[in-house]
Amino acid sequence: MNISDRILLGHGGGGKLSRNFIDNEIVTRFAQNGPLAGLPDGALLQAGKEAIVFSTDSFVVSPLEFPGGDIGKLAVHGTVNDVSVSGAVPEWLSLALIIEEGLELDVLRRILDSIREAADEIGVQIVTGDTKVVARGQCDRLFINTAGIGRKIESLNLGIERIQQGDAVITSGTLGDHGMAVMAAREKLTLNEKLYSDTCSVHRLVAEASQWSDSVKFMRDPTRGGIASVLGEIVEDRQFGIVLKEDSIPYNPHARAIAEVLGIDLMHVACEGRMLLICSPEAAEGICSAWRKLPEGAGAAVIGEVTDDRGRLILETGIGGRRMVDIPQGELLPRIC
Amino acid sequence: MKYIDGFRDSNAASIVVRDIHRLASCLAEKSIEARIMEVCGSHTMSIGRYGIRQMLPENVKLISGPGCPVCVTDAAYIDAAVELAGRGVHVATFGDMLKVPGSSATLADARSAGACVHVCYSPLDALSFARENPDKEVVFLGIGFETTVPTVISIVKKARTESLKNISVLTAFKLVPPALEALANDEDVAVNAFLLPAHVSAVIGSEAYEGFVERHRLACVIAGFEPLDILPGVQGLLQQFAEGRSDLENQYSRVVRRKGNRIALSLMEEYLEPADCSWRGIGTIPGSGLVLREEFSDYDAAKKYNVSTVGGTPDRRCRCGDVLRGIILPGECPLMGKECTPLFPVGPCMVSSEGSCAAYYRYSR
Repeated sequence: MNISDRILLGHGGGGKLSRNFIDNEIVTRFAQNGPLAGLPDGALLQAGKEAIVFSTDSFVVSPLEFPGGDIGKLAVHGTVNDVSVSGAVPEWLSLALIIEEGLELDVLRRILDSIREAADEIGVQIVTGDTKVVARGQCDRLFINTAGIGRKIESLNLGIERIQQGDAVITSGTLGDHGMAVMAAREKLTLNEKLYSDTCSVHRLVAEASQWSDSVKFMRDPTRGGIASVLGEIVEDRQFGIVLKEDSIPYNPHARAIAEVLGIDLMHVACEGRMLLICSPEAAEGICSAWRKLPEGAGAAVIGEVTDDRGRLILETGIGGRRMVDIPQGELLPRIC
Repeated sequence: MKYIDGFRDSNAASIVVRDIHRLASCLAEKSIEARIMEVCGSHTMSIGRYGIRQMLPENVKLISGPGCPVCVTDAAYIDAAVELAGRGVHVATFGDMLKVPGSSATLADARSAGACVHVCYSPLDALSFARENPDKEVVFLGIGFETTVPTVISIVKKARTESLKNISVLTAFKLVPPALEALANDEDVAVNAFLLPAHVSAVIGSEAYEGFVERHRLACVIAGFEPLDILPGVQGLLQQFAEGRSDLENQYSRVVRRKGNRIALSLMEEYLEPADCSWRGIGTIPGSGLVLREEFSDYDAAKKYNVSTVGGTPDRRCRCGDVLRGIILPGECPLMGKECTPLFPVGPCMVSSEGSCAAYYRYSR
């Protein structure tokens, strides 16, 4: 094996290489047991009598501004979403900026305004922060880190171990829009119509879903690595599998066009404002119709079903074939979040 | 997308699949097995991506061929690229080449160790980079079949027009018809029909295969890359078997003409000449490569930097050569999914997104 002794871009790609790196270097040191074990999106902690969720995320997207959003919005939504899908109501955020010397103040102001707007909309407070400036060339314009704390929604009892054959797999909308919108902006791909990032907060979707708390078993926002990564990881080494129906998966036609040009499978592409949810079949339609009443859930659809095909994630293709869905491997689309 | 969706229509596909099963059962009565080689890597990927193999009857086998340019690139070529990158040359390449193992390192290793390796979607990106950075030497990794060659050569043409001296091409261009000839002459290769490539044929024209079909009497269909190109392509081949014919048919007539793309062909003729060429895992095939003509040697990176692109020492356990010739299926390689995975590929067929081992690993395990 010619494993490299240096970090490769693929180590941060959200696919198998990232996973191996985290398993070998992080889990062994920090996550053998305690709240980080199992690598949830957010840590579930007990603060006195109250259960809270704590999560953090860093943002290095290039370009800083793209159709439908910017690094500021992304930094709020990314962390808020990690807290939300852990089954909590997000309340507080930290904000740390690493700024490259020479960044236009106008750009920075626009991004800070955008952060405030996103936080106000969700109702989270930015309560602590930090600013560093590094010399030109030592970072690329602006990197942001946020951390978030939320209060656990008591009724929700999430756990992969509760997933059973027959359960439904639901998405809150079209998949892969964010990754393709950023790639189109970065590579200056011009289409007849613009594709916008799906970046938004999923906290209201979680609140809606929590009405079916007994039935909801799993929630995740499919970021890097797309739905293939999220679903591929949860079936790994389990007693169940998942079958997805290609015709039922909602895609934006513009995202499909860009993916076609770049030769990318949209199941591997990141969203920044979508949810994947697994629930008992009888709750699926109710959750979908509740979601569809919200703009961020307008495209909600049942896309697949849990099977007894152990450990396998299968796609029934539109033309009537069947194939395995692979987890993306290494560097697919660097710096899209 | 509306145009493409027509070629992915489930109702139309089910009609073709039904007819394929009807034809196949006629062949089964005569104990005929259709062993169809899809020559091109894009066919391989499409077959995997749409689950086409699983839709076909028992006695219709699709066998992947050598038509993935990354897969047939010699280890020494990677070594040369890694060496150039190490010497401070700015190496521009399509992304698939990054993880191909050379004799000891990959370009991804070189990049993480500080070398300048730049992934581009178009050779023109490399040209723009050379134009904007006159103090840097740029080498574009020119691998590919007849489809890619004209675009890569167009950067040599443009560079000459603009008198740009800081860009050159490390060539490993390969030709499909001589490879078909070698496969048909190879007694180990058990194939009785060919699904011929789409885009290569758009450049060279159906005419380029006429002599081959005449000599070897093998059923051949040129087919596009969409499911409703591939399925009718297979249907056409089975129809030929049923009627006892072995002809050249063009399913992809919406793009492929008999004479091909004359502009592309004349550009290739002007800048390049045929040469014997080494294919990884297969060996040297006479007249199967294209190299820059002598008068353009300023743009030939191998000459400019005096590096060799032939040979190298790939991992001996790797059976990519047998996979590329259709002698074994990817699943029959003892390394598959164990020592050889897309993360730690032993051979190039596992690296390239169009490699048959990668397609097997991704879609069929």
